[in-house]
Amino acid sequence: MLAYTLKRLLLSIPTLFVISLLSFVLIQLPPGDFLSTYAATLASMGEQVSGDTLVLLREAYGLDQPMYIQYLKWIGGIVLRGDFGLSLEWRQPVASLIWERMGLTIALTLSTLVFTWLLAIPIGIYSATNQYSLLDYVFTTIGFIGLGVPGFMLALVVMWVSFSYFGADVGGLFSDGYKNAPWSFGRVLDLLSHLWIPMAILGMEGSAGLIRTMRANVLDELHKPYVTAARARGLDETVLTYEYPVQVALNPFISTLGWALPGLVNGGTIISVTLSLPTAGPLLLRALQSQDMYLAGAFILLLGSLTIFGTLMSDLLLAWIDPRIRLDE
Amino acid sequence: MLVASQWKLMFWRFRRHKLAMICTVVVIFFYVVALFAEVIAPLDPNKVSNLYRYAPPQPISFQDKDGGFSLRPFVLGMKSSRDTNTLRITYVPDPTKRFPVNFFVKGEKYKFWGIWESDVHLMGLAPDAPANTPFFLLGTDRLGRDMFSRIVYGARISLSIGLVGVLLSLVFGILLGGVSGYYGGWLDAVIQRIIEFIRSLPTIPVWMALGAAMPPKWPPEYVYFGITIILSLLGWTGLARVVRGRFLALREEDFVLAARLTNCSESRIIFRHMVPSFASHIIASITLAVPGMIMSETSLSFLGLGLRSPVISWGVLLQEAQNIQTVALFPWLLIPGAAVILIVLAFSFVGDGLRDAADPYGR
Repeated sequence: MLAYTLKRLLLSIPTLFVISLLSFVLIQLPPGDFLSTYAATLASMGEQVSGDTLVLLREAYGLDQPMYIQYLKWIGGIVLRGDFGLSLEWRQPVASLIWERMGLTIALTLSTLVFTWLLAIPIGIYSATNQYSLLDYVFTTIGFIGLGVPGFMLALVVMWVSFSYFGADVGGLFSDGYKNAPWSFGRVLDLLSHLWIPMAILGMEGSAGLIRTMRANVLDELHKPYVTAARARGLDETVLTYEYPVQVALNPFISTLGWALPGLVNGGTIISVTLSLPTAGPLLLRALQSQDMYLAGAFILLLGSLTIFGTLMSDLLLAWIDPRIRLDE
Repeated sequence: MLVASQWKLMFWRFRRHKLAMICTVVVIFFYVVALFAEVIAPLDPNKVSNLYRYAPPQPISFQDKDGGFSLRPFVLGMKSSRDTNTLRITYVPDPTKRFPVNFFVKGEKYKFWGIWESDVHLMGLAPDAPANTPFFLLGTDRLGRDMFSRIVYGARISLSIGLVGVLLSLVFGILLGGVSGYYGGWLDAVIQRIIEFIRSLPTIPVWMALGAAMPPKWPPEYVYFGITIILSLLGWTGLARVVRGRFLALREEDFVLAARLTNCSESRIIFRHMVPSFASHIIASITLAVPGMIMSETSLSFLGLGLRSPVISWGVLLQEAQNIQTVALFPWLLIPGAAVILIVLAFSFVGDGLRDAADPYGR
């Protein structure tokens, strides 16, 4: 097990390297750089920037050096000093802008993951044990709607309904008083009172698929001979369900952690733009639009690493829980 | 002796799936609308109407002037008044004025598919209606453009992007998945690693970055193809997996061995023997992949990183609904979203039905 863990950890290093390379290529793709965008913005407001100033600025930001040097400097700073470079738009180190937002992104993503599991597992079990019952049909219908409705549409509708019928603005993660306040117990409580709305919206998408999986898995197990044998020995039906089929059916759930996380990061990005949450999404969008390359690069790198980390965790968890997995492959 | 072909068997099984049949009709209906957008849209989708900005959907009534039932629908006229508090113009239906809706009326000139000139519209007001009579079945937007016509035209872009994107991913998927599954070995290992890597990426941030990389000066056609390429660049992995899995399973089948022993060429084995036996699976997978593409395009355009106006797609239309204050006042701006949901659900059910029907070991 230890050898397997080490091997998996080592294997994720090249993946992280490719992710960093990809993030860098992605932020270099747009034609021109931040300074040309900046100059164009200034020019549209009637201000002129002389060519000399631009050359000087370009040198100061290191934008005149060849690509691979820029990459090496960038990734070197991150790995060695935790320095993500300078946000050209905000005139601040990127590191000072991203951590709180990344923290909130991770909080939202992980709490949604737990929420979807808490929702999907019992509903899946119920739907399977009470197949074709009224509630089974209700859950199936809700599940399909969850699959078919894009997350941002759901967010828009929730915002619209709560705004026009309850007069409440559900956007954001904090009340006005706590928006820029330092972290305190009250702020955490305030966050929790706001977090559940984006969590429910985001969870709707994820749990729909999970309910279907759980239902199908339990259904597959329910009619196997070992269940009949246990029932024949007079085992209580509830104990029977939870001790046998559910335990077997839970295994695929662990492996969903790997792909559920990219999905949640995806959905979370769009929903947080729609609901203007102080998470990674809206700032990434802005950074991309203004070609604030180091800021955008940091977000893509970190979101990518987050999903790689999720895959790693699910692989390790699965190897730990399921003895059938061969480790020496 | 009569033998039902594989496709016929599949169709019989598919026909039993009621919901999938209904959804097939819905999907076909949407595509017909997209094909004949110019005829079905009553107005030019880009025509600005200063008199009716943010006008609500006009009610349709089947009552004639005396209150009796009439088969010919009427639209009620609209009265505008200025709210004394907010100074906003509000529109209320005016039951005293009613205009009959005619079918196949002559209206604004258009070029069908950009080739044939015509002026026949599916629906419209009778020619004797006074000028500037409103005919906005689903209301108007910020510039007084007809939402119904815009949604109809938007269907053309949104639905075709789904198809083109999936076809592109299919090319990637069949090529790479086929090579991976048929030859195996180190090539398979490399392609599988690439697929695993792409699948572990959070696609939306990457799409956003790629979308932002498209030069703002690009003409609409370039942006359109740029978006489809971006979507299929990360979208091919699912199809590649299906193709690879099928190839791996079929490679060991007796009929492939038989074909190999009779000295068939490699391309004949693949295209004559293997492809027909999993084509139905591929079609089911494609159908299931289209809604994802449509949703992705809508999301990207909604964020402002995909298609941009003057191109009309459902995502571009939904961009108008980004501000919640606007939506609260003019909820009909969300109608394009309903179209997205409907087509996505319909496609998913058709795909589900096809998948069940394509499975020869199914019930």
